Amino acid sequence: MTERYLQIDGVRKVFETKKGAFCALEGISLDIRAGEFVSLIGHSGCGKSTLLNIVAGLLEASEGHILLANREVTGPGPDRGVVFQNHSLLPWLTCFENVQLAVERVFGATEKKAAVKDRVQRALELVQLGHAEDKYPHEISGGMKQRVGIARALSIEPKVLLLDEPLGALDALTRARLQDELMRIVSTTGSTVLMVTHDVDEAVLLSDRVVMMTNGPAARIGGVLEIDLPRPRNRLALAGDRRYMALRAELLEFLYRKQMREAA
Amino acid sequence: MSAVPATVHALKPSRAETGPANPSAQPHSYATEKPLYVRARAPDWLPRVIAPLIGLALFVALWAIIAKAGGRLPDPASTWHSAVEVFGNPFYRKGPNDQGIGWNVLASLGRVGIGFGLAALVGIPLGFMLGRFRFLSDMAAPVISILKPVSPLAWLPIGLMVFKAANPAAIYVIFVCSLWPMIVNTAVGVRHIPQDYLNVARVLNLPEWTVFRKILFPAVLPYMITGVRLSIGVAWLVIVAAEMLTGGVGIGFWVWDEWNNLNVQHIIIAIFTVGVVGLALEQGMILLARRFSYE
Repeated sequence: MTERYLQIDGVRKVFETKKGAFCALEGISLDIRAGEFVSLIGHSGCGKSTLLNIVAGLLEASEGHILLANREVTGPGPDRGVVFQNHSLLPWLTCFENVQLAVERVFGATEKKAAVKDRVQRALELVQLGHAEDKYPHEISGGMKQRVGIARALSIEPKVLLLDEPLGALDALTRARLQDELMRIVSTTGSTVLMVTHDVDEAVLLSDRVVMMTNGPAARIGGVLEIDLPRPRNRLALAGDRRYMALRAELLEFLYRKQMREAA
Repeated sequence: MSAVPATVHALKPSRAETGPANPSAQPHSYATEKPLYVRARAPDWLPRVIAPLIGLALFVALWAIIAKAGGRLPDPASTWHSAVEVFGNPFYRKGPNDQGIGWNVLASLGRVGIGFGLAALVGIPLGFMLGRFRFLSDMAAPVISILKPVSPLAWLPIGLMVFKAANPAAIYVIFVCSLWPMIVNTAVGVRHIPQDYLNVARVLNLPEWTVFRKILFPAVLPYMITGVRLSIGVAWLVIVAAEMLTGGVGIGFWVWDEWNNLNVQHIIIAIFTVGVVGLALEQGMILLARRFSYE
């Protein structure tokens, strides 16, 4: 069972557009183990976000199905924690209240107020934002907002964490810091993660496996790369590491030789 | 006079006011020149207080010139003395047709409040429904588009016919004219809720009532307040006209009554009173809107 914790089985997605049917994904099958960190990488428009949204339940697969811990995914639900690219915090709620909204939904019925409050605080402390709990989203930086988003997703103790280019909108330095943060958080919580990214270094640094998607339309899985680098990983030590560079080169090879976009 | 500083304060955040003040401030920010200039410079807020005062003074001067040139327009001084008298005893009652200006203003505000409150009770939920359901919105669109440009006073005869009394008819006119901005703005607000917020609700599978309280309502609130602000402005415009036609107690009726008495000073006092109350309503709504704006 741990071998196939999250099963993506023969997923195909067709969008009905004005110009007719558009096939975004074709025959996607992928099994993810419990506690595994898997990245989806590919050029923009290849349907990797679509796949993540199908797992999140925000979109419905045209064919195939998703199983999470042996139960079929039929719609969105709090057993999956989603972090969106643009933080999606509610601007009229403080950081605390934003996380509380999620915790209340999942644990509010079974736990006392104090326990709920405690969970919110622990989630914020996990992302090192305990001091900012009373701040509103417009009062904190983009990187902090994204960390609150991660805290919100983790606070509900999801079976799987779904990250949709979570650091894509951040500047390079903030992104690097948050990548380290994300590594630390995931190793503390032992979360199962599926992350969409277009950043080669990010994918290699964070993942256990990188799933390389071919260009759309009808994108498929073009290959899966095992990242067998030992953990904990250190970005400075890895920068000169032979194995790291080989893996990185392999990804680049796939993205820029085999899947070079003609137009873009 | 007390209204003047309030106006200045409320205008302060607007871009147009702060814009011209900045370039003149810039040369002085050089460290070397600072000691030379600092002592001679007037504080930043001074021109912003003086400008409106000058404007008002010019206005009064123009008025005095026109009054002096002839005609029956009373001059500012006599109007001022009359105003002191009128506001000296705002809450007297000598029968139904002769009451202090305070009662008249309160009567008008009461009508606006009731008509406007009823409009909010109907318009805001209706706006939510029209914003949420495309079909309802398409259904309501032709009716709203036809009725919205109609002058609210055109509804008065129908109000008089249905209610057979002046007071409810006036309230009804306020209700009708406040309704459209409230419906339309609420609906627009609901339609503009960012998909991200709704996705948060969806991935958490939040119950419908929580979605309404924590996401829909706060997201729509700024739009709703805009609707309320527009409505209250229109309502205050309309009440004066409606009361002229219906009679009774009210600032609009007072204007008409003083016209019949040929007391032009009182008419001018009424005009200023209507203006100041309207301004106060508007500024109150702006303050409220600022309280609920995020970002």
